[in-house]
Amino acid sequence: MSLFYFFQRGSAPIARERLQILLAHERIACSRPDLLGVLREEILAVIGRHVSFEPDKVQIKMDRGKSVSILAVDIEIPNGRRASGVIPWYSRPTFDPGRDDNVSGMDQWVV
Amino acid sequence: MAQVLVVTSGKGGVGKTTSTAALGAALAHDGAKVVVIDFDVGLRNLDLVLGAEGRVVFDLINVINGVAKLPQALIRDRRLENLYLLPASQTRDKDALTEDGVANVIEELRKRFDWIICDSPAGIERGATLEMRYADAAIIVTNPEVSSVRDSDRIIGLLDSKTAKAERGERVDKHLLITRYHPSRAARGEMLSINDVLEILSTPLLGIIPESQEVLRASNVGSPVTLNNPLSAPARAYFDAARRLKGEHVPMLVPSETKGFLTTLFGRKAA
Repeated sequence: MSLFYFFQRGSAPIARERLQILLAHERIACSRPDLLGVLREEILAVIGRHVSFEPDKVQIKMDRGKSVSILAVDIEIPNGRRASGVIPWYSRPTFDPGRDDNVSGMDQWVV
Repeated sequence: MAQVLVVTSGKGGVGKTTSTAALGAALAHDGAKVVVIDFDVGLRNLDLVLGAEGRVVFDLINVINGVAKLPQALIRDRRLENLYLLPASQTRDKDALTEDGVANVIEELRKRFDWIICDSPAGIERGATLEMRYADAAIIVTNPEVSSVRDSDRIIGLLDSKTAKAERGERVDKHLLITRYHPSRAARGEMLSINDVLEILSTPLLGIIPESQEVLRASNVGSPVTLNNPLSAPARAYFDAARRLKGEHVPMLVPSETKGFLTTLFGRKAA
């Protein structure tokens, strides 16, 4: 919401704009049901050919805006012994999972 | 030729049943032969709004199942001899509605009536989409409020794709009926204006029904608002809408309440 709204008299213009954005997207979604599902399947199939990951550790988000929408695909790729997935994918390639100091050294990277 | 109208909205509580009763009575008042059908199986209310709740013997499902003949289930209004009600079942569930059954009942009614007005249940499930299939025209009831407008948009999408007419490549005529409108609140920017709603839904406007205590007062006593107080603002708006349905050109005005001397003096509120 921009500062502009604070100077407007009522909330109706906000309602109007929110509806216009939402419906523009819903009309597309209805003509192409489960677009996100299809995208998810195909993107994961491509990535799965090169790296392995757990399907549960995938987040797909859609942020719909008036002029652009952002599709964010967040895939957690494990690279080590720990199944809990606390070691991020950008850990050093020389990382030795057997060494405790390495693990503690990595903790600063954990998000 | 008979016209099959479906009164729909997606969202509940926006005034489908009130509008069905008011428009049905307005059309019958002008001499047309009208039947209003309640399709809200399991949650019927059109009988109550029309004051016929004590006279229901057979219902739509009985007719579909062959338990009763159509004339046995039709209830004639006590005030308007041209107005009939076909009530919904209160006990059966909506799965009892079959596509062929509904088609047969509507075909039969087409032979006897000028207007067949179907009051849809809320939602977009089977019950709501079934009678939509056989509609010649749809009245989409919308409140100037975000959730109602969104649901109406969805229903408009379904009307363009899921009806028998749409499947034949024809179009179901769509009319937008905006209810519970407060002109003063819209003018202050507190409520979506008529133009906002029309621009978002891009559907021709059938009428604007102002918010009024007369609507509640009419349903309290079991009478369509167009019969209970024909000179009230909502009743005049419904009469105008009914004339537009018949193809007459009526200027689009928002009728306002004209307060009587006593009302102004005592500031009487609510029904």
